[in-house]
Amino acid sequence: MQQSRALRWLLVALLVLGAGAALSLQRARGAAEAQSGDLNVFAAASLTDAFGELGTLYESQNPGSHVVFNFGPSSGLRTQIEQGAPADVFASADQAQMDLAQTDGVVAGEPRVFARNALVLVLPHDNPGGITTLADLARPGLRLVSTAPQVPIGAYTRQMLQSMSQDPAYGADFGDRVLANVRSEELDVRAVLAKITLGEADGGVVYATDVTPQVAPEVQVLPIPDAFNVVAAYPITLVQGARQPALGQRFVDLVLSDAGQAVLARYNFQPGR
Amino acid sequence: MLRTADRAVGASAAGLRRGAAVPAEAAPRAGLFAPHGGVLLWAAVLPPVLFLVLPLLVLLGRTAATGGLLGYLASPVVVAALRLSLLTTGATLLVTLLLGTPVAYLLARYRFPGRAVLDTLLDLPMVLPPAVAGLALLMTLGRRGAFGPALSAFGLEISFTTTAVVLAQLFIAAPFYVRAARGGFETGDRALEEAAAVFGASGWQTFRRITVPLALPTLVGGAVMTWARALGEFGATIMFAGNFLGTTQTMPLAIYAAMERDLGAALVLASILVVISFVVLLSVRALAGPGLLRLPR
Repeated sequence: MQQSRALRWLLVALLVLGAGAALSLQRARGAAEAQSGDLNVFAAASLTDAFGELGTLYESQNPGSHVVFNFGPSSGLRTQIEQGAPADVFASADQAQMDLAQTDGVVAGEPRVFARNALVLVLPHDNPGGITTLADLARPGLRLVSTAPQVPIGAYTRQMLQSMSQDPAYGADFGDRVLANVRSEELDVRAVLAKITLGEADGGVVYATDVTPQVAPEVQVLPIPDAFNVVAAYPITLVQGARQPALGQRFVDLVLSDAGQAVLARYNFQPGR
Repeated sequence: MLRTADRAVGASAAGLRRGAAVPAEAAPRAGLFAPHGGVLLWAAVLPPVLFLVLPLLVLLGRTAATGGLLGYLASPVVVAALRLSLLTTGATLLVTLLLGTPVAYLLARYRFPGRAVLDTLLDLPMVLPPAVAGLALLMTLGRRGAFGPALSAFGLEISFTTTAVVLAQLFIAAPFYVRAARGGFETGDRALEEAAAVFGASGWQTFRRITVPLALPTLVGGAVMTWARALGEFGATIMFAGNFLGTTQTMPLAIYAAMERDLGAALVLASILVVISFVVLLSVRALAGPGLLRLPR
């Protein structure tokens, strides 16, 4: 009896709590709509930190506005936009995904390259695989991680391996031998890096910009010679049918401005213009 | 004794069925409680049912409209993912039944200090986001995890293996069975167990021939929940086991990966998952009908 009464009170308390939460959520949404400054930016995962700072800059320049970021693999973002996700701006980590989006007519205007990026090989700080040169990557038994070839970093990595295979110093089967060591195709470049900082994988290829000051102590970085390095171009543009075309354009302009380029440079991006 | 109980249960079940077949005197007159529910009730039921069913029907419809369905079905990605999903969820279910049943029995039948805490701890994985589970497993069994170096010493490296997939599924899904089985063992008829003991049945015989059959519908229900949750497992798997064709790429991972290159492939994979789940749930429901209520002879 006593217990059932306590239970009933608990139930009432939970209901009240739930109703309160629902109500405050409603109010928060109302407030956001009132400002009507919400801007949805879909951006490649490798832009997470730099765009985070650009978002803060944008919000300080446009009081009352609010940038909502959706970071992910460019290919996945493109699929989401094609399926009608409410994006205003699309920033891709490679030209191929932007071209596909353009072919499908889901982006507006001419995409502009706003940044470039290079590839590096990262290893856990204690280098469990004993990798000292790029040639070591083909040694059987290594645990490497990459992504599917449809994700830009996976495509760049395979391009890099291909051009290395054409160099007699590495051998024609070099690329295949390296790919045979790939133990997991992670969903995006950040996941590749996470598996390496955790020490689960012996190494992987990521963008130079992924080695942020926070990550740097956790990893060793091996540079990739320019001859094999594939430099990624990052195009940005408005999405067709954007709800906030004016605000979106302002964000694109900010990214391309000197101030925006300075922020990107601080995160190891090379200038795109 | 057992036969009498069997007949009694069978008879009462038959009686119930007969009662249902003759609704004239038993069923209330009209309105909300008419034999098949009133208009009002159906009107209230329609929106939630549509909400839950419509997206799945749309998914199946879109898949049917996709060209080259058969080509997708025979593609190595689909075959490998399906095979791996069935293999890993089967293993997860087996381990859950073997290791989870004693735990459920202990929690249901014995009082010991810390029982409430243990009970709650075992429920935790059901509440936690799978990402938390994946992280916890990595921190425990990963190469740099608490037990990683010890495992490496025996040549065992779990992450990126099929074993890791099963472990992730176990962590997330086993509590569903344990919870259900505990409830089943709690509500069982102790008088029958005592009677069996009086007639000289050993503890194991009593458990096998009385306790388990009585709790069987609940046990089966819990097992299905565990299997279903394991089949859908994504977050912990991708974090702990990674994503690789044939070794760790289960159906949910394959669906996500396919989204990035080919919506058609993702749709086919998703539809296969929907159909398989439906068939399994329906057949278990059919089996768990009156048949499972009968005690073994």
